[in-house]
Amino acid sequence: MTHSKLLSAAAALALVAGSAMGEEVRVYNWSDYIDEELLTKFEEETGIDLIYDVFDSNEVLETKMLSGGSGYDVVVPSGTFLQRQITAGAFQALDQSMLSNNGNLWDVIEARTAQYDPDNVYSINYMWGTTGLGVNTGRVAEILGDDAPIDSLALVFDPANMEKLAECGVQFLDAPSEMIPAALQFLGEDPDSQDPDVIALTAPVFEAIRPYVQKFHSSEYINALANGDICVAFGWSGDILQARDRAWEADNGVEIAYNAPTEGALMWFDQMAIPVDAPNVDGAHKFLNFIMDAQNMADASNYVYYANGNAASQEFLVEDVIGDTAIYPDADTLANLYTTTPYDAAVQRVVTRLWTRVKSGQ
Amino acid sequence: MNLRARLLIFVPYAWLLVFFLVPFGIVLKISLSDIALAIPPYVPTMKDGFWTMIRGLDLENYAFIGAGAVFASFTLLVLAIAMFQILYPRVRRALIPDARYGIFDSAAVALTALAVVVVNIAVLVAVLSFLFPVLSDFVDIPDFLYFAAYLSSLKIALISTLLTLLIGYPIAYGMARSAEHWRPTLLMLVILPFWTSFLIRVYAWMGILSTEGYLNQLLINIGVISDPLVILNTNIAVYIGIVYTYLPFMVLPIYASLDKMDDSLVEAAEDLGCTALSAFWLVTAPLSKPGVIAGCFLVFIPTLGEFVIPSLLGGSNTLMIGKVLWEEFFNNRDWPVASAVAVILLFILIVPIVAFQRNQEGGER
Repeated sequence: MTHSKLLSAAAALALVAGSAMGEEVRVYNWSDYIDEELLTKFEEETGIDLIYDVFDSNEVLETKMLSGGSGYDVVVPSGTFLQRQITAGAFQALDQSMLSNNGNLWDVIEARTAQYDPDNVYSINYMWGTTGLGVNTGRVAEILGDDAPIDSLALVFDPANMEKLAECGVQFLDAPSEMIPAALQFLGEDPDSQDPDVIALTAPVFEAIRPYVQKFHSSEYINALANGDICVAFGWSGDILQARDRAWEADNGVEIAYNAPTEGALMWFDQMAIPVDAPNVDGAHKFLNFIMDAQNMADASNYVYYANGNAASQEFLVEDVIGDTAIYPDADTLANLYTTTPYDAAVQRVVTRLWTRVKSGQ
Repeated sequence: MNLRARLLIFVPYAWLLVFFLVPFGIVLKISLSDIALAIPPYVPTMKDGFWTMIRGLDLENYAFIGAGAVFASFTLLVLAIAMFQILYPRVRRALIPDARYGIFDSAAVALTALAVVVVNIAVLVAVLSFLFPVLSDFVDIPDFLYFAAYLSSLKIALISTLLTLLIGYPIAYGMARSAEHWRPTLLMLVILPFWTSFLIRVYAWMGILSTEGYLNQLLINIGVISDPLVILNTNIAVYIGIVYTYLPFMVLPIYASLDKMDDSLVEAAEDLGCTALSAFWLVTAPLSKPGVIAGCFLVFIPTLGEFVIPSLLGGSNTLMIGKVLWEEFFNNRDWPVASAVAVILLFILIVPIVAFQRNQEGGER
């Protein structure tokens, strides 16, 4: 081999090495949903560059998935949305041979997520939780008395309560797929109803309390609760618990409690999946396997106060998390939780339209 | 015409084809499709074969958003304005045969100018509000949301354009009347805000207008009000945001037309017995008309489809077509209806854009 050939071979090798060093994985997850140190740890362990973007609405994620070519390797849709996107052909089946940690998963949760993803072919559970009531206990007791129904849907769906609570502020999630099932539950109807006539029954419920709702928003209530700007939020369990901790840290005299409504609460699952056109499928599996590691998953849960679908991680969870029935509900509460299924296009239109009318009065 | 000239003409047409007609064709095609749970989220697509795709297209989405009603009312509106423009000069000529002399006449001209504005708006409001119930008897609109959103956008765009003109004209006039060596600096000051991102400037207004914001704190501290004003998340905040953002688009064309105006014309008018006010109405105002019209269109056209300002500063009561479009696309994930809304918006915008073009050509002649 001549000298110049050797040189060019070396140059080619350097190029290949260069591109290997530049390997990257793009992850699209919910905002405020991971311990950022885990991201650095992943980069150190694997040498892969991690690009981590966040969203705060399933709808935005789905729009990206259905356009195709999102460029992400791992995304985190919730159960019903995952099911829709699987139908649309947006995800690829996971290669279990690349997921050595798959023995860590919790069969109790897998049995429930199989409703959205049969046999859990396309996804693994990241975290799960309930949708319920975040209450500033001191302020609500002042306004409604000590026997305020802080663990009942009546707190937010009974206009008599809401009229009084309006003075200290109430916020709702801006997510019709969570709020409408709750209103149906309050009415004693099937929360998973797909019948437009039944769904329409919730309109008068929302119209009666609409004037007393300060805002419909899916992430602002964390700070608003913690600062004492509002006294009730209908939101996601972990977010409300984060608000509780922020108030503790700020030591501002605000005490927040989370309650899953006794009438029944929506149980949701955020699932990690790999888009069908993911640029780096190998890297995506490495990331999933990293997350499925018992210690890593426990670190994530200890940080964001959500339960996870990883049985092996439970021994590493702090007492604050594993011992809190608001996060890991006891058997009675668990039996009281319900799940929903996706709306089809025609029903989805009815739902969105109803929600627009609720929010804007138009 | 030789080959080179033809090639030269071909370039802008190719540009038009590639960057306007092709995307528009795609949007139009999607608007005629049906929603589906697939990638992409509509059927039929080219994958089904070209003719199957063509056969699968229908006008269902346009019927759903009440496109017929939107079109009918819009056509009537354009007709009303056109008729007014034809009638108005004749009526004026009949009433004021010679509007060139004296303060009385200049006041009359000012009044007529005001009347033009008032009558225009009154006609518009009348058309908009009376048409609505009349139409609903004849046309079956499944959902009034879209129709209401088009009307509401039109109203917001018109009012903001008027407000921007009222604020922008004096600024441009002041700039054009200032000393020569000051003008580049003043021009710079108008352009300067563009150096910051538009989004950040709108966010800054959120900080100023909120209940705990700077404006309320200032007003409470100096004792003007005792309870904070609720401005953020109302239409007032939307008007403030639009006027602030689009002011340079109004000031610059007016300044350009005032700047190149010959001052001796005003002097001549005053020598011939005009007061300062009548000289303004008879000389300056007509000469700056092309700038005013250009500025109005530059504000009106983007405002009509505005999305960012109403979604950040407006409340849930602010209904604008840009926001509806966003909701159709992201919340309903219904691309076909979203595309239909966009196509109608484009057709509504074509009229002012063509009028704008006419005005520009008229200015050159």
